Amino acid sequence: MIKAGRFYAEGAAKGTAVVLSEPLSFYGGVDSETGKIIDHAHPELGRCITGSVLVMPGGRGSSSSSSVLAEIIRKGTGPVAIVLGAPDPIMVVASLVAESLYGLRCPIVVCNIAGISDGDEVDIDRAEDGGAEVHVQSVPANALS
Amino acid sequence: MTLKLNAEDKALLSGDAGEGAALAMRILAAFSEAIGAETLLPISGAHIDGCLYHGAANVDFVERLLEGNARVRVPTTLNVGSLDLIHPEIMRISTEDASPHKRLMVAHEALGCLPSFTCAPYQTLFRPRFGDQVAWGESNAIVFANSVIGARTNRYGDFIDLCCAITGKAPAWGLHLDQNRRGQLLYTLKGFPTSIEPTDALFTAVGLIIGKKSGERIPVIDGLPAPRDEDQLKALGASAAASGAVGLFHIVGVTPEAPSIEAAFQGLPPEETFEITPADVETALRHLSTVADGAPIVAVCLGTPHFSRPEWERLLSCLSEVRPGRNIPIYVNTGRATLEGLEKDGLLAGMDGFGLQPVADTCTYVTSILQDLKGVIMTNSGKWAYYAPGNLGCEVSFGTIADCVQSAALGRVARGAI
Repeated sequence: MIKAGRFYAEGAAKGTAVVLSEPLSFYGGVDSETGKIIDHAHPELGRCITGSVLVMPGGRGSSSSSSVLAEIIRKGTGPVAIVLGAPDPIMVVASLVAESLYGLRCPIVVCNIAGISDGDEVDIDRAEDGGAEVHVQSVPANALS
Repeated sequence: MTLKLNAEDKALLSGDAGEGAALAMRILAAFSEAIGAETLLPISGAHIDGCLYHGAANVDFVERLLEGNARVRVPTTLNVGSLDLIHPEIMRISTEDASPHKRLMVAHEALGCLPSFTCAPYQTLFRPRFGDQVAWGESNAIVFANSVIGARTNRYGDFIDLCCAITGKAPAWGLHLDQNRRGQLLYTLKGFPTSIEPTDALFTAVGLIIGKKSGERIPVIDGLPAPRDEDQLKALGASAAASGAVGLFHIVGVTPEAPSIEAAFQGLPPEETFEITPADVETALRHLSTVADGAPIVAVCLGTPHFSRPEWERLLSCLSEVRPGRNIPIYVNTGRATLEGLEKDGLLAGMDGFGLQPVADTCTYVTSILQDLKGVIMTNSGKWAYYAPGNLGCEVSFGTIADCVQSAALGRVARGAI
């Protein structure tokens, strides 16, 4: 499956999808040392987002989330890309800050996230028209067990 | 929708004013694009909530801007930092650990920001006027500027508030625009006596209630008495921004954009209406205290948001009268400018021995100052009471300034007349 999307922070990335059922606030929501979700009210409490393509409906919560996301990108405990259903300015700022300070890109793409499942292999690239191309490859259920 | 930049914006973006300003414009443009703004508008001031240290990225960002010769283009105040630079001796943090925190505060000054280090910039010389477009960080300051003054700001935060200050621009979007300042939810006080006394507790409780229910929508409150002073509106806003995400409220007959209900809703009907009863107020206040009255206390924390001069005068008069002598520390967060004024006027003279400990530049719920967290701390702040149990792990009891002083004198939570 290929989805067309829009870049809010550009870049190419590849990784395994971690699909969150609810928006996540990075501030108070993610441990910057381990990349694990620590928000007790979040349904995916305990999941590790390090190295993943993080997929979620949108952003939530404190503006301090920009600092925390920039910090986990710097430390390498953050996601390699974020795919959202709706744009989130706080994440866009964090991604641009990390890229300009450390040359580390964490592209942010907005597209229709329906059909992307946890564990799918996701490959994000730039389309000819400058938009984002999100390639989603499902992993057969038996390969996961 | 696509953002359109004017010639001035494009010049900043292409580096005409240096690499630092170009970076700030690049981030501001991307942010504006993400929220769906069509243009940028000029601002006349900024308040930066960037001095609390969350990690190396904070310091690296400000230092990168400095290397790129960036300077703020509008008068810019700074919110609290993680350190009290005026009273370093009260900080419970090693010099080594404090170093990046201090670097962050100093680097902001080097960008041309004023070292105000206060969460109540509206109590300084840089208070905006009605209708001013500004870019402010810090939730209580944002809600105060919008609601009580009628200045215009969105809820800005990390990195982006500084990008606004350096470019002198903000996205033409959200609460900057008239039509988005219309009230959406109506809260009516019901079942109170005909003439309600404007107590501090009432304003704090109403703030907590509307914060919890409103989400990001704009509440209008009808039936509140005229406040004694703007400190009560400060308490309402700070509580609403702590328990929720309120960036603007209107109080009918009190705040500048709400001379009438119709004006507050810009002639449209409310999306939802709620009642606030005396029982709701009581419940909200009860939830602020984690212990019963009579519990022994280890400290008092006042001044969240930072104490104003009138609040100081009320406190000092209580202290002179009650003369607490148990050495229970009474920490008072305040702006360094307010503190200088008190010292200059000799108002702190004769207060030795009452346990008074002024705290400047920071706040006791975000930094390591309190000596004893194993016990009950009493506060007059709905915001402090809301955050401290989670941030500091202490027990808390909420009361008026007079209750707090009386409790410090008795060594246990006490209320009522002195």
